[in-house]
Amino acid sequence: MMKRDECFRILARHIKDEAVVATYSSAVDWVGVSPRPLNYLSIGAMGLDSSHGLGLALGRPDRRVVVLQGDGSLLMNLGSLVTIAAAAPKNLVHFVAHNDTYEANGGHPIPNPKVDFANIARSAGYAATYDFSDLRMFEQQIAHVLEQDGPVFATLHVEPSKPLKYDYASLYDPAKRNAFKAAWQMRSAQR
Amino acid sequence: MEATATRAAATARELSGAGIIAAIKASGVEYILSVPDIVTSAGLLAPIAKDKDLHLVRVCKEDECIGIATGLAYSDKRALVLIQHTGFLDSINAIRGVAVEYKQPICMMIGLLQHDPDKAPKESPRYGVRIVEPILDDMGIVHHLLNVDADVAKIKPAIDKAYAESQPVAFLVGRSPKVS
Repeated sequence: MMKRDECFRILARHIKDEAVVATYSSAVDWVGVSPRPLNYLSIGAMGLDSSHGLGLALGRPDRRVVVLQGDGSLLMNLGSLVTIAAAAPKNLVHFVAHNDTYEANGGHPIPNPKVDFANIARSAGYAATYDFSDLRMFEQQIAHVLEQDGPVFATLHVEPSKPLKYDYASLYDPAKRNAFKAAWQMRSAQR
Repeated sequence: MEATATRAAATARELSGAGIIAAIKASGVEYILSVPDIVTSAGLLAPIAKDKDLHLVRVCKEDECIGIATGLAYSDKRALVLIQHTGFLDSINAIRGVAVEYKQPICMMIGLLQHDPDKAPKESPRYGVRIVEPILDDMGIVHHLLNVDADVAKIKPAIDKAYAESQPVAFLVGRSPKVS
């Protein structure tokens, strides 16, 4: 079993000018690893991470979008897998941190920890899907996961974290939204 | 004379789907995000699906539209959420969090299912329709009723204002738009 922050440290080494959409526990870990203007953290309602990511990907097909979603969050918006697959943005990579719990809401279990998100994404029509539970394998394959045409989906099987400090005022600071918008609308060199 | 007057009165109570679509395009909207709604199905969604100037994203559940529209807005692209009032009611938390609290330009066109177009929405025979305007008012969301062709002129200024001021707006479709 992997740890989410360890996965994110590896991921961060490969992130350049992508938008990274992250919420709740994933956002706390991601910002701890990689604070940057192109982090999109203000989702507004649990579950919408993947939908915000789709909007960004459709709006800027010249840039890549990475979604870091939790398992409880994705369960609230499973239909978005079908919507994303149908819209078929080549520039979207969608990770779910599967730790079996609603970590930001008291650590209660999700209804069925055995749910196979990658399999659902595959049947929904994602271009490629992955299941990672070994950190070394994740490290070996992450560059390919990020570079191939999407939509790409990857489950990260991770342990529940130790209690995190949720600084929502900072995560949802309007200044961060404005900084993201300015950075995202800049014309940048393609990868 | 009486027949002419009757025809004129009937025309005044019509709502042209083509007119609404033209206004949507004139507003700079490129993306339509939708779950089908029987009120707007034939007059709006069906022609939009065939329209090469508009990108239609079919979603599974209405609250997805709120996230997608926001991502598009951050990318400087305009979108219209085309849904039924039941889907609006189902999406209240997303609209609360994203459109209202984060002040995002979410533009919604909402079909009023089983509404009597000769009545005001607040006097609708349908409970679900009667509560739509009070909810929008409580949330501070500007809304406009599209009931006759004269109302179509409200669309472009309202969408322009929503994006200029980064705030949501709702259009309530009181009768089925006429198929061209």
